Amino acid sequence: MKLILDPAQAMLAKTASDFANKHDPVDRQRQLRNDKSELGYSPAVWSEMADLGWTGIPFAEDLGGLGMGMAEAVLISESMGEALAPEPFISAVIFAGSLIEALGTTEQKQAWLQPTIEGQKRLAVAHQEQATRFDPAHCTTTAEQVDGGWRLTGTKAHVIDGYDANGWVVAARTSGGDRDEDGISLFIVAAGANGATCTHQARVDSRNASTLVLAGAPGELLGGVDGGGPALSEAIDRATVALCGEMLGMVREAFERTIEYLKTREQFGAKIGTFQALQHRAAEMFVEIELCKSVVMGAARTLDEDGDVSNRIAQVANAKARCSDTVILVTNEALQMHGGVGMTDEYDIGLFMKRARVCELTFGDASYQRNRFAKAQGF
Amino acid sequence: MSDLETFRSETRSWLEANAPDALRGKRNDPEAVPWGGRNPNYKYPECADWLDLMAAKGFTAPTWPTEYGGGGLSREEASVLDQELMDLELPPGLTGFGLSMIGPTLLQYGTDQQKQEHLPNITGGKIRWCQGYSEPNAGSDLASLASAAVRDGDEFVINGQKIWTSGADHADCIFMLTRTETSGKKQAGITFILVDMDQDGVEVRPILLVSGASPFCETFFRNARAKVSNVIGEINGGWTVAKALLTFERNMIGGMAAARTSLPDLGAEYLGRNDDGSLADPILRDEIAQMEMDALSFGLTVQRNADAVKSGKQPGPESSMFKYYGTELNMRREQLMLSIREQQGLGWEGDGYSTDELVQTRAWLRSRGNSIEGGTSEVQLNIISKRVLGLPG
Repeated sequence: MKLILDPAQAMLAKTASDFANKHDPVDRQRQLRNDKSELGYSPAVWSEMADLGWTGIPFAEDLGGLGMGMAEAVLISESMGEALAPEPFISAVIFAGSLIEALGTTEQKQAWLQPTIEGQKRLAVAHQEQATRFDPAHCTTTAEQVDGGWRLTGTKAHVIDGYDANGWVVAARTSGGDRDEDGISLFIVAAGANGATCTHQARVDSRNASTLVLAGAPGELLGGVDGGGPALSEAIDRATVALCGEMLGMVREAFERTIEYLKTREQFGAKIGTFQALQHRAAEMFVEIELCKSVVMGAARTLDEDGDVSNRIAQVANAKARCSDTVILVTNEALQMHGGVGMTDEYDIGLFMKRARVCELTFGDASYQRNRFAKAQGF
Repeated sequence: MSDLETFRSETRSWLEANAPDALRGKRNDPEAVPWGGRNPNYKYPECADWLDLMAAKGFTAPTWPTEYGGGGLSREEASVLDQELMDLELPPGLTGFGLSMIGPTLLQYGTDQQKQEHLPNITGGKIRWCQGYSEPNAGSDLASLASAAVRDGDEFVINGQKIWTSGADHADCIFMLTRTETSGKKQAGITFILVDMDQDGVEVRPILLVSGASPFCETFFRNARAKVSNVIGEINGGWTVAKALLTFERNMIGGMAAARTSLPDLGAEYLGRNDDGSLADPILRDEIAQMEMDALSFGLTVQRNADAVKSGKQPGPESSMFKYYGTELNMRREQLMLSIREQQGLGWEGDGYSTDELVQTRAWLRSRGNSIEGGTSEVQLNIISKRVLGLPG
């Protein structure tokens, strides 16, 4: 694997960055928050992203996709992170889309994947429940066969972009105990189905998240019975790496703004950037960010190229741990170095810090990932 | 078969046919690596043959041009050679500051005549080099160095003292920074010159370190002489050359962080495992995972940089990042290994400790110098903040 952008990737990165910058970066997120938008994103911008083909980036060309990979997907999410753009790229395209492409029947792909690529519909993945400490195997929602169909019962929490989705990919238990890795199956539950109630969860970053209560709701099996675990785990890894791209974009932007502030703000008759206490902390952040760039590239390319599961887990866990730690470090430091003005709502740094905490705690924080890395490496 | 695979199989056959039996399996024994020079004095006499055989193939400096005794190999071929050496657990054909520091500097800044004169002696292992940079009063603030070189016809006469000159007690020649102008900006009065140490005006005294070893020396110059033709770059323009060489040095020290002992294996040996295979001490297990992940991230960053350089990017001040992070990583690793070995990691000598444990005590102590030599960690952070980030002052 080569850790460098080829000319086509460099072009895509530039297009994505120009696009994000064209749509009032950060201000747009602030406005959606002020409007208390429960959808949390702009359907018009989402539709433009579909027109550019980005909703089809990782999918095969015969499905209407662009036939690219995670190496390209992270370029899109990185630009979105830079601008705090809240569109459901990761949840609908990378997370739910990967699952439908991997497991769906021809009919399911026609019903869900093609409209996703066209920007007409979107699915959200409801894989988690409350207090399960990121473990996808910890699943108490059940699915039972009734009259030849499946009925799901349980409560899924923290469903990313779940509110106002056209449907959800739900992980439910079809055999085994609450924490068994085997015995999890995946189902598509369409919005509006009897017994499926989705409510908005207001979070610190003002994005779309929801709780999905299932009371005997009908679900359509996606993939085999009891065999959803490995596919879910791989899709989570793909979404995790896309999220690492978003964190990298955020970190770069927050850092750039901070360096700019250090070069202009004066105290004690000097630019505060002349103070060595701040210089060294800035230099240390620079090093951490350079490491983040490498691990995001490495993990994305591993997902595109490598079939070995333990190597995949090691690279993804490493990327998520590193980006989680760095996004917290850099947004905390950015606020500290901005001083009092950083604490004001009017200043953007706070928006980066709030989103950083959400990213850190989505798909497993650094300590969860270290444990996962160690397990994958056999210690 | 691709060209690279052909090269691999030819190299493999050659190594198997030519490598001395006494050096096979000795890759990790520092005494088995030939260092060359006028009076090498090897523990394994076969080192001398190994050096000559490797040098004749151009394998001591695989990527250097063949006209200077290099191998003229591509990076890919050089890496194949390295893999094959590792596979047979063979030491490289030569090591030292000639290859890692002054050689690359001469390739970049030397005149044709200087290259002709010095590079073949480096690739052939004929001359062993040491570095004369730091002085008792010029450490982190290197540019304040005072060792004076005064012109006398076609020679310079040198007086002063260098310190932390690694391996000076075994070296034949020294590349050093001298003061040739005292007025004006201190960086603008420095000259980079090559000096033969086989003369009365040069005296070397080893320095004993906390690790019990003496890898460094103090080197005194009293009316020592060097030809003006041995100045690299311009007279009073040595600072530019000095900085380029520091980049090579930082890359070398940063590269030393490459993992040797497997930490998870060490953990299994000293901490034991739970029934599920996880290391029995959950806190140290987490620290080992952090260490392994940091090393993986650093490795990916080194690779990313190498890929960028291959595609035409010029190496710049960000080499400070590799020096800074690589050495900090190595030091943390040594400390963690001590924590894992617990009180078995405290041995100094004699019975009660395995050879590995005793070696590691010394390695930990030695590693404490990593963040000082080649520019302290703080100096690297200064370079990053000023030259990479453009912070003022």
